[in-house]
This record gives sequence, structure tokens and C-alpha cells, in this order.
Amino acid sequence: MWLEGWFDKVFGVKWNPMYALGGLGFFYFWIVAVSGFYVYAFFDTGLTEAYDSVEQLTNEQWYLGGVMRSLHRYASDALVIMMVLHMIREFAFDHYRGPRFFSWISGVPMTWLVIAAGITGYWLVWDQLAQYIAIGSAEWLDWLPIFGEPIARNFMQHESLDDRFFTLLIFLHIALPLILLLVMWIHLQRVAYARWKPSRGLSVGTFAMLVGLSFVFPAVSHAPADLNRVPQALNLDWYYLFAFPLIDEWGSGTLWVLSFCVTFALMAMPWLPPRRKLAAAVVDLDNCNGCTRCASDCPFGAIMMMPRTDGLPFDRQAVVDADVCVSCGICVGACPTAMPFRRRSDLVPGIDLPELSAAALRDKIHAVSARMKGDDRVLVIGCEHGIKSKKLAGENRQAIDLPCAGMLPPSYIDYILSKGLADGVAIAGCRFGECQYRLGPDWSEDRFEGRRDPHLRKRVPRERLLRLWVAPTEWKDALHGLEAFQAGLNTAMPSSGLQELADEAASNVRVSGADEVKS
Amino acid sequence: MNKVFGAPIRYMLQACIYAGFALMLGYFSQAPEYLPIAEGDAQIKLSFAHGGKPKGGCRDRTAAELGALAANMRKAQLCSRERVDVVVQFELNGKTVFDQSLQPSGLQGDGPSHMYEKFDVPAGRHEVLLKLRNTTRSDGWDYQAHRTVALRAGQILAIDFDPGNGGFVMSGGGG
Repeated sequence: MWLEGWFDKVFGVKWNPMYALGGLGFFYFWIVAVSGFYVYAFFDTGLTEAYDSVEQLTNEQWYLGGVMRSLHRYASDALVIMMVLHMIREFAFDHYRGPRFFSWISGVPMTWLVIAAGITGYWLVWDQLAQYIAIGSAEWLDWLPIFGEPIARNFMQHESLDDRFFTLLIFLHIALPLILLLVMWIHLQRVAYARWKPSRGLSVGTFAMLVGLSFVFPAVSHAPADLNRVPQALNLDWYYLFAFPLIDEWGSGTLWVLSFCVTFALMAMPWLPPRRKLAAAVVDLDNCNGCTRCASDCPFGAIMMMPRTDGLPFDRQAVVDADVCVSCGICVGACPTAMPFRRRSDLVPGIDLPELSAAALRDKIHAVSARMKGDDRVLVIGCEHGIKSKKLAGENRQAIDLPCAGMLPPSYIDYILSKGLADGVAIAGCRFGECQYRLGPDWSEDRFEGRRDPHLRKRVPRERLLRLWVAPTEWKDALHGLEAFQAGLNTAMPSSGLQELADEAASNVRVSGADEVKS
Repeated sequence: MNKVFGAPIRYMLQACIYAGFALMLGYFSQAPEYLPIAEGDAQIKLSFAHGGKPKGGCRDRTAAELGALAANMRKAQLCSRERVDVVVQFELNGKTVFDQSLQPSGLQGDGPSHMYEKFDVPAGRHEVLLKLRNTTRSDGWDYQAHRTVALRAGQILAIDFDPGNGGFVMSGGGG
């Protein structure tokens, strides 16, 4: 979080690479694909021709073919880094359990596919490095009792190999990335509005970095393969070939056991232990007019619009897939019938969380409001995954935590201020890009700024609304910003200056602005 | 946009971060160097796929057995499909470094026995003695090969077995 916060300051939210690790992985994949097509056009599938063709491309066409080869390698390496960082980040933010298990376990086989695709690529060059890893791979596979004659016997002598070997390798090196692409597509199936491509600025920056690296340190081959000699000193690509020294050190069997255990542990992680979640959102058909806002805002595509079943004069109704629903409540925030101004008995929105209903939230606001004293009372609407609300609470500051700040319908802010339940409202949600449910801060900002239904009504005094999109580690800065905001509520300062005052007091806290919310 | 840094400083810091990432990317893409074999060592690879002789003998089918078979299946003798283990012993400079009984492959035990082993040895002259038994005999050897080889650092001596070529076939080692 510290790193992400620092990157926010350097790159801005839209260009922050930490928020686009998966998207960067996709981006590198496409660079690998395009550069691979170019290299393949000049590649010759022959025992000696393979090496010669790669050398020719690297040396005689260094300005394009050589750069393409280097891009192919470095983008592949960067893909591995992004893949690993992406996994670590999703784990650290607890984004791998509950209904999100699907994205996690579909991501695990991708690691195998990426590594396997990379290794087959290194075989194709048929230099000493290729010889080492081809024999190492064969010996590793031979440990499994499923092959008849040891595959490694094919590398005993030059005569054992022929040109068809390279045809097989090319097939593998193209087939594996195609399978990878399919799995990448599956990986995103339960993610709505997936950010599968980085912002333009980040794309340009990272591509320029790869091109620069390709010119400065072009990828080169080792000496040609010679099956009569053991390769001596090798410049391994450690991102892909880290396993081979381990095989040398520990043996094939140990590495198989280790690989299996790591893979199994990763696959089992979503259930070790499983995530406890609130009951899934439920639809109340009497109050659902099929407006589609909940389905549109659901970050995980858990809501579908289906033909009406109750005879009411609307075309469609919302249907929640309870297995996919993460109970974030963002759908409640999107529902125009979640209107607190209605009489209590009527406050049943079209979609609601059974364990934290819109009516219960309104009751909670009333109860918390009654505990606040003084003239500059601020009600903090926090997020369970963000700053601990008690850290922001005080004598005339009370906090209510929601599963996600995006659960709060904008009409509740209007309600709180117009009913005098507080003098100011602070929304303390997760930092952009770190939302537990992906899109809470984005949709909230869009609603406040009138870009997304339901809008925050114009009559709501904006100077009495503070939006703090901060990481839990930034709670002190957030507290300073909150105190400044609170102090401003009770001064003669022109109302329009309050938000700026809070911004200034908490310069490290990012108070959202319209220009950085969404790409 | 966060205003902590001005635009020029932000772009400069971005360039530094990209450069740092590129440095890490480029470095581990080809370094540190790895030695698959100790400096000054050579390697001997012993590998073959060879089927031992059938384990059991043959017997004549009885008239009743032949009568029970389809006309095109009436082979006079019934032979065991199972093959004997191939026993291999490899002595290097008078010391046994490999001694195994290799089972035949296949569910019926009727496939070839096979093996693949690597031995790292210091460069220089070595006495290589290979023995193989592929019949039902319980002692002695059906094939033997003795050779002195001179291996240079990094050189590979490949030893295969081909009964059609007299037994053990060595390639790559001088001497």
C-alpha cells in the first residue's frame, strides 16, 4: 500500500502500474504475440538452419529483427513479473476467496502455460542454452512413469534429431500461447468491466522502456548447440528457466513434488479458510422496475436482467446469481428505489442486502447521529476494508462502516444533511485501484459528479461532503483532512473553499477530483 | 491528479522507475551466469533401450488347444511374452558406479528395458568397464566392453547399447 501510494504521487491514479498489473500482463502478451509473428516469419525450422536464421535476424537486421527478438524476450520476462506481482497483490488484498475463487484458480494454470510457452521458445534457438534446457526438460519429464523410452535419449547424438523436432517445437510454441489466451479469457469471465488493458500513458511508457532496453541490451544467442559437449557457462533467463538449476541441485523427483505441492496449495488457497460473506443480494420484485442500474454497476456480473415473471408492466427484472454475488452492496447504491426519504415501512428497495438492508442503514444513521454533539458534526461513511472507522471517530464524529463505500445511495447523503442528522458527511472509501470490490470508489465518484445514475442531487451542498479515497495505512493523513474539513464547516469561510481546505491540510491524502476517477 | 510533485518531476521520477525496472528486467534475463557442470568436468551418458530375452520357454500346444483357436490363430507353439530383466553394471576406474536390474516395460513385461544416467567426471583419462546380461542366466555376462577414454573438459561420452553392433557403442570420447 505504501508503494501504491507513492506510485500514485509519481504516476497518478490512471497511470499507476500497481493498479494495472493484470492489464500490463495482457499488454505484454500482445507485444510477445506481435513480435513473435515477425520473428517467426524469418525462422527456419531445421537442425542447423534454426540457429542460423535467428543469428541472421539478430545481426543482419538488428535495427528491426533484432529489436523484435529482444522485445519478444523482454516482454515475455515482464509478463512473468506482472503475473507474479498480480498474484501477490490479489492475495495481499484478499481478492482470491469467496466468489472470487474462480479468477484465482483459473489464474494458477496460466502460470504453468506462461512458463511452458517460454521454455519452448528458448528451445527454438537451438544454441547451447537451448541444448541445456531441452535435455533438462526431457530428463524432468522422464521422471514421470508415463513415457516408454526416455525422451532424453533423443539428445544423445546429433543423429537422433531431425528437422521434424523443430516443427514439433514450433507447434508447441504457438499452441501453448493460444491455450494461454483462452485461459486468460476464461480468467476474466466473472469480472465485469475488467481492466484488461493499461491506460494509454502507462502503455506508452512501458513500451518505450522495452524498446529502449532492446536497443541497449539486445537479446543474443549462445554458441550453437553441440550434443558432444556440456554447455559450460550459461546466461540463463531466470524468469523462465529458474527450475533447471533446481533440477540439477535437487533432482527431477523433488522438483515434481515441489511443483505439485505449490500448484495444489495455490489452487486450495481460496478455501484455506474460505471467506465468510454476507448473504447475497436479494431482489424485491414489487420495487424493481427493471432499470438495469444494479446489473450495470455490479463489478462481478452477478446480476442479470431477465424477462419479467410477476406480471408487472416492465420488460425485465433483476436476477442475482448468489454464487457469484460478493455482497458488496454496490447494487443497492445503484438502486433508485433505495430512497431514505420514504416512510420506514416503505423502505424496501428493488435490491437489498439481507444482513444490512437499506432500512437498517437508515436506522443506523439515526442512531449514530443521536450520539453526536456540537455544531460541526460529521458522519463518516466508511468501508469495512478501508480505514478502521474507530480511528476516525471522535466526540462529534461518528462512523458507519459499509461492506463497500459504493453501497451508499447518493440520496442518503441528501437525507443526512437535509434532515440535520449531521453537518457534514465524509465518505472514507478505499483508494482507487485498491477497492475490495474493484469499482466502489469509481461508481461513487461518478454518482456524486452526475456521470452515473443515481446522481447526487444538485441541491446537496458539495462543501459539506468530503470524499476520502485512502488506504488504511494513510489513516493519520485522512484524520487530518477530516479535522480540517470539520473545522471548516463551522467557520465563515465561503462554502466553496471547504473541500480545498481539507485537501490542503491533508496533502498526502488523495481527495478525488473529476479528472482522475476513470479512464 | 495528485499535486504532490510538479509535472516535470513526476515525469523524471517515472523515467527513473522505468529505468530501474528495465535494469532488473534486463539483468535477470541473462544473469547471473550459471554453470551446469563444474569447471573442468566432463560427462558420461549411459543410456539404451534394449529388450532382454523371453523369460519362459515355449511348449507345443495340444490338439485340443489348437482346435479351440480360430484357423488363422493356430500357432503350434505357445511362448512366454515376458522378457527377463536386463542387468547392467558400469565400473569407472575400477569402482562400480551403476549396478541395476532393469525391468522390461509394458503391462505384460514384454517391452524393452531402458535407462538413462549421467555421470560427471573430471576431465582426463578414465577406465570404463561395462557389463550387461540379457538372458536367463543367473551369473556371468552376455556383453562386456572395456575401454580407456580421454575426456576434455565439457566433453560428453555417450554410451549406447546395440547388439547388432557388437554391444556397447561409445561415441564422443577419444582415447
